[in-house]
Amino acid sequence: MLTTGLRFLEALATPHGVDRYLELIHPMLTIRELRGEVTSVHRTTRDTVTLTIRPTRRWRGFTAGQYVRLSVDIDGVRRARCYSPATSQHRDGHFELTVKAHESGLVSRWLHANARPGLILGLSQAEGEFTLPAERPDKILLISGGSGITPVLSMLRTLSDEDYQGTVTFLHYAYTEADVPCLEQLRDLAADKLVLAYTDAAGGDLEGFFDETHLRKVAPWFAEAQTYLCGPPGLMKGVRDVFADLGVSDRLHTEDFAPAPITVDAADATGDVTFARSHRTAPNSGATLLEQAEAAGLKPEHGCRMGICFSCTRVKTEGCVRDVRNGALSTDPDEEIQLCVSVPVGDVAIDL
Amino acid sequence: MSVTTLPKLSKAQFDSLGRELDELRQRVIDDLGEADRKYIYDVIKVQRTLEVMGRGLLFAGFFPPAWVLGVTALSVSKILDNMEIGHNVMHGQYDWMRDPALNSKMFDWDTVAPAENWKHSHNYIHHTYTNILGKDRDIGYGVLRMDEGQKWNPYYLGNPVYACLLMVLFEWGVMLHDMETEKLLSGEKKWSETKGVRQRIWQKGLKQTLKDYVLFPALTGPMFLTTLAGNATANLVRNVWAFSIIFCGHFPSGVQTFTEAETENESRGQWYYRQMLGSANISGGPLFHLMSGNLSHQIEHHLFPDIPARRYPQIAPEVRAICEKYGLPYNTGGFSRQLTSVFTKIVRLALPDSLWGSPSGPPAGTVGSGRAVRAA
Repeated sequence: MLTTGLRFLEALATPHGVDRYLELIHPMLTIRELRGEVTSVHRTTRDTVTLTIRPTRRWRGFTAGQYVRLSVDIDGVRRARCYSPATSQHRDGHFELTVKAHESGLVSRWLHANARPGLILGLSQAEGEFTLPAERPDKILLISGGSGITPVLSMLRTLSDEDYQGTVTFLHYAYTEADVPCLEQLRDLAADKLVLAYTDAAGGDLEGFFDETHLRKVAPWFAEAQTYLCGPPGLMKGVRDVFADLGVSDRLHTEDFAPAPITVDAADATGDVTFARSHRTAPNSGATLLEQAEAAGLKPEHGCRMGICFSCTRVKTEGCVRDVRNGALSTDPDEEIQLCVSVPVGDVAIDL
Repeated sequence: MSVTTLPKLSKAQFDSLGRELDELRQRVIDDLGEADRKYIYDVIKVQRTLEVMGRGLLFAGFFPPAWVLGVTALSVSKILDNMEIGHNVMHGQYDWMRDPALNSKMFDWDTVAPAENWKHSHNYIHHTYTNILGKDRDIGYGVLRMDEGQKWNPYYLGNPVYACLLMVLFEWGVMLHDMETEKLLSGEKKWSETKGVRQRIWQKGLKQTLKDYVLFPALTGPMFLTTLAGNATANLVRNVWAFSIIFCGHFPSGVQTFTEAETENESRGQWYYRQMLGSANISGGPLFHLMSGNLSHQIEHHLFPDIPARRYPQIAPEVRAICEKYGLPYNTGGFSRQLTSVFTKIVRLALPDSLWGSPSGPPAGTVGSGRAVRAA
């Protein structure tokens, strides 16, 4: 009945869709499109902001460890970034995101400066495989660093809501105590399970960067546990190396959240071009992506070959491309680019 | 038709013309931001509000003033939807916003012509091969004789009639344009090649027809026919308006056409030159520009089809100054003057050129060496 009604409304609203009319009344009135309203904002450290978000009705919830794609319009451009909810998956109707304002983080800095109750955000459904198994392991080690705290904190809070009876230790790395978001809440939640390690200051349970002694100290039972890790590239590498040395890599589950910075010279033809959909990879020849796709035997839809008709627009899923007309670089993942006027800079993946 | 000899530009002049226009484009692109986003959202808000008002008023269509107001609101809504929003969004003018609702690949407009087909024939074919005889199918749309370069035959005696029919049924004409019927008739193209185009036409045409001629009329119950007539009138008003604006963009006197030979291996500057000489503007106020989707700035649009249309009036003085600097014509005039010029051409070209004395111009030169108005 509901779907018949909806289809009728959509037939009336064709070709624009019902949401394009409803959003004029209120941006949260959408039927198909997922959005979220910021209901409260807390700035718990000098560079983090915690947002409570109430999603529209189509929100299907999330599993602890997953992330959502959040989008905001900054200077006219919609910018999307992935963030992991930090709340328990068992809280219905809202979730929390803790966002760290990185120096070069356009969206995180904007949110830190501008987020206020009433702000409407674009949302995706939760995605990601970095989750606890449905049957909870007896022993769980959670390791995080910096803003990587959010998915593992969500796991901890979820386990706490479930009254988890197994062994769990939560090891978090921060520069100093002042850099730990939601510290008071963390202590209330899991004082006996929490191990804080400060890399740049004394006063924590541990000091310095992760190594085997840290691991043996906080979780001597690590070989029987499942370990969940999320943090900056340095920490990720440190933990992976130790787990590999100890031969327990299969017990380590990880989530990378910081893409490696692009450091290639825009004028050099280096790296590989991957046409993801057709499973082809070829060394970057320095030609436009349209020409490189054709050289790889593909026949992408195209038109003018000079950037005016937009027939060859495709999604660049990874890497950086340069617009041959003005040298502008596109560095964001999942950005639409015109193949005929884009040249790859280093490794690039195209949804083609 | 008078013969105007256009100035010869040297290679260096073409290069600096190209550079100047590229720089102008870049300045606009660097300046795009929140104001442009707000503008297009404001236009959309006005359009959707007018649409809802128009549809609503037609529920009271038994009361003639309500019917007239409803049809007016719906007509304006459809014009804004097709011109300032649809045409421009589907050109990719707002792709930089990365907003799926205003993305050239995703957007569709309130006409029976499917976006996908139109983008091929318009954004690609017409905008790449602007006014090149034999390549730009917008010269006469495969139906009309709009240039001396199209060889006269008795079929063209009906030119004014075809033009009037196209004006009244414009959205259906645009819908069928990508079928390339004349190529099917000549055997240049096979029927089977049109499968995708036909499927999209069928799907889109059905949805649009259902909405305007079945669902909304049925919703008004006993007012079925009144509402149907209202919707048909709104579509007609939009058709006549769109036809008029679009025909003023390329067909007034003084607009140049080109041959394939002339335009081989064009430089960037020569491409810009062809876009400028192949287009014509219509002068008017801000409301007129808005209602024409800023296609009243056809010259600026053809130079920079992918920059937001609200920028065209802003850059028009600069484009005009560049034209003057290089001694190039900047074809512009009031709406009635340009439209009269178009209809005069439609009538004149219905008849064989011999009737008007000698063919209209000297033999064409090449774009590279400067050229004269082309001959038949």
